[in-house]
Amino acid sequence: MTKTENYTLNFGPQHPAAHGVLRLVLELDGEVVQRADPHIGLLHRGTEKLIENKTYIQALPYFDRLDYVSPMCQEHAYALAVEKLLEVQVPIRGQYIRVLFSEITRILNHILNITTFALDVGAMTPFLWLFEEREILMEFYERVSGSRLHSAYFRPGGVHRDLPDGLENDIKSFCERFPKHIDDLEKLIEDNRIFKQRSVGIGKISKEDALSWGFTGPCLRASGHNWDLRKKQPYDCYKDLEFQIPTGTSGDCFERFLVRVEEMRQSLLIIKQCLDQMPDGECIARDPRIVPPKRVDMKNSMESLINHFKLFTEGFHVPAGETYYAVEAPKGEFGVLLLSDGSNKPYRCKIRAPGFPLLQATEFLSKGHMLSDLVAIIGSLDIVFGEIDR
Amino acid sequence: MSYPNKRFIEDLVDLIKSLMNFCEYEITNEKNEINILIKKEDLVSTLMFLKDNPSISMESLIDITAIDYPGNEKRFTLVYNLLSISKNFRIKVKTKTNEDNPVCSVTEVFPCANWYEREVWDLFGIRFLGHPDLRRILTDYDFDGHPLRKDFPLTGFTQVRFDDELGKVVNEPVKLDQEFRNFDNLSPWEGMSKYLPGDEKSNISNDKD
Repeated sequence: MTKTENYTLNFGPQHPAAHGVLRLVLELDGEVVQRADPHIGLLHRGTEKLIENKTYIQALPYFDRLDYVSPMCQEHAYALAVEKLLEVQVPIRGQYIRVLFSEITRILNHILNITTFALDVGAMTPFLWLFEEREILMEFYERVSGSRLHSAYFRPGGVHRDLPDGLENDIKSFCERFPKHIDDLEKLIEDNRIFKQRSVGIGKISKEDALSWGFTGPCLRASGHNWDLRKKQPYDCYKDLEFQIPTGTSGDCFERFLVRVEEMRQSLLIIKQCLDQMPDGECIARDPRIVPPKRVDMKNSMESLINHFKLFTEGFHVPAGETYYAVEAPKGEFGVLLLSDGSNKPYRCKIRAPGFPLLQATEFLSKGHMLSDLVAIIGSLDIVFGEIDR
Repeated sequence: MSYPNKRFIEDLVDLIKSLMNFCEYEITNEKNEINILIKKEDLVSTLMFLKDNPSISMESLIDITAIDYPGNEKRFTLVYNLLSISKNFRIKVKTKTNEDNPVCSVTEVFPCANWYEREVWDLFGIRFLGHPDLRRILTDYDFDGHPLRKDFPLTGFTQVRFDDELGKVVNEPVKLDQEFRNFDNLSPWEGMSKYLPGDEKSNISNDKD
């Protein structure tokens, strides 16, 4: 018998299917993956170190730059953690706006993931169809915050400013239009033979393994766990909203895709409820400790001017303490461990990125699969390097 | 049931107190978050107990991180963040160590601890005994030092550039055209220390007298 030897292949860091700067060292037996060793950190920017050197308000924009396809959900986690330490109550309208934009962010993220996953396994059309809708969602971002991606819109205490005129109606009409696009997407690839052959039964993970590998979010739900922080540990106004949690059974690439598609529909439901139930009122807590005074007051009142100046130079002081706050980001549990020593800068801010354990499981998921399946697995895990490398 | 439920958390603390009797520990409930401070020798047995005990069942290790207190003798506090999805609560297990005393790896208990521990080793320089593959993970391949320690400067020690003549990437000591400015914005009423910033001259004149 002829003796064969495994060979080592370098995949990435610049590879169209690597979803960023992922370098994989693969050991292949023919075309079968024997070992996959992801090398990460090529996008490491030292976010946690930088945050330790910034005031609490200055630290917020760093959260946009972690997972750059779901910025607002991460701001949400940070804002909630700071609020918990400060014991600040967010006005109801502020809560609704934050939830509204968290869900817009979820759709934004899932569109990117689903379509690029389909692109990885050979379907180009969904990408072309849905990115147009994604652009519309980013326009909503732009209208509230002034920028398409790095919005820095949430603040400890609420959101930076109220919704501009006409935005609610535009989001409503988007909600009317968008289900058709999801239907089109489903029609196109859910029964597609090639898509199914590339994803059904690929990268399976059992219920127990998914937990012990630290899975969260859609990947955990695809394995059959009914676990969603929005339902189980509700934050802001999620407890007043009605929605379903889609779960899978086998935990393969196809089910991770299905769970995400259904999550988009549920997000639309939440958005509609938010728009219907949103009360009038303040969008940010009028707490002079953390929120700058209104412009009008600053023109007339010396104290307001001083307050504004101190907030944007010194920042606010957060009482000493420690908290871990997690939100259901589109990719899974995004958590912030915030430790304050009572000064105006965080003593330690640990960011728990959902993609980190997901990518870690690549080897576990891909062992014994073909090289081309590895691409499908990486695509279905929803990997973004901004948050993994931090 | 609303979350976090204060009663439920208090009952859990009592339950853990009654069940966990194989080692010394300190359990606190801070803002409805359960913290257990243990000795580092008991780490693996504690995590195993918390995972396998059916009435606690922390199935998932969410995160491992460290906090650096350079002034303390045991400068690092390791934080193991556990989540129970069947019971819906979290526990933070903490233990203290320093750079010379390695901690036992928990990869046998939770396979996902592998990369978390590599990250802690990379950024803090805490070693883990029995870890299968303790390499750096986030920093560059030939990086020196542990950047999240408090005594590591924000700018780092080296900067990287591509040298056209040598035709390769070179590391050289950091040279800043403008010094890193750390403004002291603390309110004089709150953050005043013995010496006022910018008032160094007054001390010099005192010394002469």
